[in-house]
Parts: sequence; structure tokens; C-alpha cells
Amino acid sequence: MTTTAATVNGTDSPYALSHLDALESEAVHIFREVAGEFERPVILFSGGKDSIVMLHLALKAFAPAPVPFTLLHVDTGHNFPEVLEYRDRTVAEHGLRLHVASVQEYIDAGKLRERPDGTRNPLQTVPLTEAIQQHRFDAVFGGGRRDEEKARAKERVFSLRDEFSAWDPRRQRPELWQLYNGRHAPGEHVRVFPLSNWTELDVWQYIAREKIELPGIYFAHEREVFARNGMWLTAGEWGGPKESEKVETRLIRYRTVGDMSCTGAVDSDATTLDAVIAEIAASRLTERGATRADDKMSEAAMEDRKREGYF
Amino acid sequence: MTAITGLTEQLSATTLLRFATAGSVDDGKSTLVGRLLHDSKSILTDQLEAVEAASLKRGQEAPDLALLTDGLRAEREQGITIDVAYRYFATTRRRFILADTPGHVQYTRNMVTGASTAELAVVLVDARNGVVEQTRRHAAVAALLRVPHVVLAVNKMDLVAYAEPVFAAIAEEFTAYAASLGVPEITAIPISALAGDNVVEPSANMDWYGGPTVLEHLETVPVSHDLASCKARFPVQYVIRPQTAEHPDYRGYAGQIASGALRVGEAVTVLPSGRTSTITGIDALGEAVDIAWAPQSVTVTLADDLDISRGDLIAPSGSAPRTTQDVEATVCHVADQPLTVGQRVLLKHTTRTVKAIVKEIPSRLTLDDLSQHPDPGQLVANDIGRVKVRTAEPLALDAYRDSRRTGSFLLIDPADGTTLAAGMAGDSFAAEAVKAVADDEGWDF
Repeated sequence: MTTTAATVNGTDSPYALSHLDALESEAVHIFREVAGEFERPVILFSGGKDSIVMLHLALKAFAPAPVPFTLLHVDTGHNFPEVLEYRDRTVAEHGLRLHVASVQEYIDAGKLRERPDGTRNPLQTVPLTEAIQQHRFDAVFGGGRRDEEKARAKERVFSLRDEFSAWDPRRQRPELWQLYNGRHAPGEHVRVFPLSNWTELDVWQYIAREKIELPGIYFAHEREVFARNGMWLTAGEWGGPKESEKVETRLIRYRTVGDMSCTGAVDSDATTLDAVIAEIAASRLTERGATRADDKMSEAAMEDRKREGYF
Repeated sequence: MTAITGLTEQLSATTLLRFATAGSVDDGKSTLVGRLLHDSKSILTDQLEAVEAASLKRGQEAPDLALLTDGLRAEREQGITIDVAYRYFATTRRRFILADTPGHVQYTRNMVTGASTAELAVVLVDARNGVVEQTRRHAAVAALLRVPHVVLAVNKMDLVAYAEPVFAAIAEEFTAYAASLGVPEITAIPISALAGDNVVEPSANMDWYGGPTVLEHLETVPVSHDLASCKARFPVQYVIRPQTAEHPDYRGYAGQIASGALRVGEAVTVLPSGRTSTITGIDALGEAVDIAWAPQSVTVTLADDLDISRGDLIAPSGSAPRTTQDVEATVCHVADQPLTVGQRVLLKHTTRTVKAIVKEIPSRLTLDDLSQHPDPGQLVANDIGRVKVRTAEPLALDAYRDSRRTGSFLLIDPADGTTLAAGMAGDSFAAEAVKAVADDEGWDF
């Protein structure tokens, strides 16, 4: 028995949007809201796939005019050369302006100290916050997605930050309908997450649909790696491997791109977008679980970093 | 590669459903959400391992699936859901965005938040308790926010021996109540989230039930609205003027279609100015189209060079809304600081933010029993009430019952930017019930 007032026939009208169209439309709406309401927005651009998709969406949102935002890269100094090359080429191709906040410069100047484990991800927060203050950015686009991590699942699309960039999850503004409240005091800024509702698979499907070029490290290639904390890390100047860690050549690809010291590669023979999508659809691990050492530190590692102003 | 390409296409062709769940741990909400995610293979090994480890640390033997969505330390420590958590999962037929909201009265604002973008709401009841105060509150929130589809999940059927009469009585009572509040479609499903009956797989224990499982219903419920009955509304977000050698005179109005469809060649009126023109082009993010519909983000060009800026609304001339400076609405108060009569606020409606003053707060509503409290003087966090607001500039406001997107607004504190209240313009059952109190022998306040 059912008490259904009206039954469902299982078919949608021709006016239904595909999920990618719906997500794209939502993200473009968010970019345009920021362009309409803020003075100095900036896109955090690392050359990773999420920031590449953000830039692609921003280009579409304002065409045929140029993107009305600058880019900011928080450079840990432990970069994949392919990614830096991609970043610079993209900036030149679209006539964009790129700011770089360098963790290495902070370390060299004695303002930050290298951690014993060599991980520089947590060190990005101070250069990021100071760059925001220095350039008086009032809206900062991040590629964070709610599906990435349980603390991020609680994040708003418009996330108000004080002058220390701190995130207080208990004091977030309720976000209703598509009405984003970007009011902020001088010195405060708003972190904006246009990809909030995208999953890793959505990002890859969108990259495939839009034929977006990515740095080569996202596809299977042979690389000298060594095992640490159950992940494959690239050998490099940043400090790995230790004497006890054996370097070997494996066929791998990166699912995420971040600081070399804590971003792990996965075994993969996926050399095309379709193969990557098939691999992710079948994967039984989240991308952060598979590739990020910094989130394995504690149950609330991401929440703690976010409270201090992390992406 | 053919098989893989097929997979890509199959995955790309699905639609998106946003839905909300309301209920408390006692109703088995977390178990239901956990089962939907688990049985649709959306919980990945490392997440499950993390939950198992955390559960074990707390001395629980079975993995506590609430830990998957209770993402904040305070939530995990207190064992309660405080804030809306968004979860994402997919089947081959559809992609889902789940707003998992807490059920207790002090979190009404979170439920309202989750319901505001939901196309479907799942209300949970315990088959042993039937429709209780909390159930009525959840039905009222879904009705107030005009969530198009409501599912009543009658849970713990295993504890009432899978008895049809128990389910039928609860379904009948709830359906009558929700329908009286204006919920357009109610589907009641008997389930056991713990045992898995009718969540993903049909139950072998309830052959008297011929309807869909929860997941089947989520996969097939229509998500696009009927464009013929919706008037087109296009709030201008941003004016695109490249002023480049290639596009010296281009002027495009960028926005997301809030409802209905726009067509090239259509006569349109721009509000609040009232000027008219004709649509000459629609650019759907790089593709020139003849028609576009909600919720597509597009850029529109017009035949005439009008003075149009962010905050204006473009609508077909035949069905343009009237503009007003006097807003009557039902609001949900979402801030810790109160809303008072005489308060100066900002009102954000679509892409337009204007100064406004709260003229009256005629009544406050108790959602549990729909009792009215006239002239409360102020609204505090989680209150639902009626307000009359006067705006400094005219707004092209629709009734919320006609358009969720262009009938909704926020009240914002101009001093610190706090979102004070979520408003729904026009009548609702919150206004109608006042009359009932007036002729009645009176409620016990």
C-alpha cells in the first residue's frame, strides 16, 4: 500500500539538467555573486585539478570579458616541476596576474620553522593569511569540496574569516536558498568555495567533458618513489627518502597535487581521462585517505588546521 | 575502451537531487543515512576504518555511523548533530546531495537551512511512537519551506512485527496533517533502517507494501519543475562589458535563471525601472541557445541599450511581477541576537540588497502545534513568525508559494553582517492560523 498523492513515472522532463550542468551553473552563479559584491577577489591557484576547474569555470562565467580576479599561489617550495610549468603557462595564456606567497621565503627569513617531519602543508597558513592582508583581498576562492573531509562537510559556500583567517564552525552564518551573505568588516574576508557540492568524480567527469588540460602527473607514469606511511612519495630535494626507505621505480599517478612531502601517489595504469574516471568510480578509498599524510594525524586534523586559517 | 567510455557517459547523464533528512538519533536517522551511504557503496574503506577506530576508542562495539556526518569535534564529543552536514552519493541513476539536519527544536534554523534548497525531505518517525510533536514540527518546516516532495519513513517496523495496520495508521495521520499544511506530495514508506527493509532493497518482511524503497523513490522522483506553470525570472548578477577590440560594444547581463524559461525574441520588462526590450541572444556558458531554463547560468543580450545593473530583474513583459516596498512574510529567525520591532536591517532579495525597517511582528508560531502568539515584540533564535517590513527601495518580489527563489529573502544586521532571519514572502499557514485563534476559545499560552 502507498499513500502517495501523486506517483512518479521515473522520467524527467526535457528541461532537467544533467548533474554536471547543475553543478557548473551553481559554481558560475557563485563566481558572479562575488564579482558583483566584492572589491578585491582572488582565486587560490595551485595548479591542482580543483583550482584548474575553478579557473575554467571563472573563464566561462565572464566570457567574452576577462576574468575579473587575480590568482594567488601559496608555494610550499616542494612543488612538482610539471605543475609549476603548467601554472606559468596557464597564467600567460589567459593574461592573468599571479601573486606568489612563498613558504620558502618565510623559512629563509626565520619567520617559519621547518617541521621535523618535513611536511610543509601546515606552514602555508601564515603566508596565505599575510598575503590576504597585504593585498587586502576581500574574497578568496578555494577549491575545497565538502566531500573531501568531514570538517569540510560543515563548511559554508561563503565562509567568513577574521583578520587571523580563523574559522569558527560554531559561529557560521546559516546559508539559505542561493542567498549568500558576504557582508564583512574591514580586515575580515570571505573564503568562497564554488566547488562545495562537487565530488572527486564530478571534477573528473567535468574535466573530461570540457576537455580541460591537466598537468601530466595526474596520469599514470613511471616515477622513482619510496614508501612512507603507506603512501608512495616522490624522491626529491625536500628531504626524502631516509636511509631506511628504499627507492623503486613504479607505475603511479597522483590523485591530488599538493606539497611533495605529504602528497602520495597511487599505483595506477590510468593514462587517459576515461581510465582515471573508471579507476575513481571503482576506488574504495577517498582521495585524502589515499594520498594525504597530513589528514591522518588525528580525527580532527582538518578541523584544527581550518580553525587556524588553512584553505 | 568502449566499455569505459560507456561508463563515463552513463555517469555523466544522471540528474542531481538535493534532499534533506530531519529526525533525531532516536528515530534512527543516522542509521538510515548510514545505510543509504553504505548500501549504495558511498562509504569508502578508509572512512569506515576511521569510524570503526573512533567508535572503538569510545567503547562502542559497532561502528557508529553518526561519526561519518558529525564532522565537528564538539559534535563527536557530545554525540549530537549541531550543524547541517552535507553528504554526497551517487547511483547509476542519479547524483544526490543530502543535507543531514539535526531534529531538535533548538536546531530548527539548521533544519530550515537544509530544507531551503531541498527538493525532497525525508521525515523519520519511530513506528512504536507514531506521529509526535517533533514529527509535526518537521512536517511544518517542510511545508513552510515548500519542499515539493516529502517522504515519511516509518522506521523500526521490525519492532512492531512489520504490522501493516501500525504503518497505515501513522501514514494516514501524517498525510492528513502534512496535506493540511499544503505539502503537495507525500510518500509514506515502511522501513527498518537497522535491518535494511525497504531502504535500498525491498523488504521480504512486508509483502503487503507495494511501493518503492527509499532509494528507488529518491532515484525516480522528478527533479525539474513544470516550466509551463512557472513565470520566468532572471535576476541580473553582473554586467559583462569586455570593452576590447574584439568586443567593443558587447553588453551582456549575467545571471542564473531563477524560475521558468527565457527565449530569444521574447519581450521583456526590466524591474524596478519598468523599461522594456527584447531578448536578442542567450549565451549558455559558451553556447548560443534559443531557450534556457532554471537553474541555468546564462548571459542575456537585449535589443536596446538600457541602464541595467546588478539587482535588476528581467522578466517576460506579460508576466512581470509587481514591485513593492511593503513586504509581509513568514520568517525563521536564525541568529542568536533577536529581531525587534523598529529594527533597521538590510534585506537581501535575489541579487538586490536594500535598507529596510521591521514595522511589525504580528505573531509568533509554535511549530509543534501551530499555536499562535500574537505581538511577541521580538523573535529569537529558532522562532518562526510573521513580519511586516518596509524597504527603502522597491523590490520585484514574488510570493514564496509561487517561486521559492524570487519569493525568499534574508534580513541582515547592517552593523555586523549577521544573517538574522530567512524570509518567505506572502501568505502561509503561519498567517492563516491567526484567524483560528481569534474565533477559538483561545490557546493556553
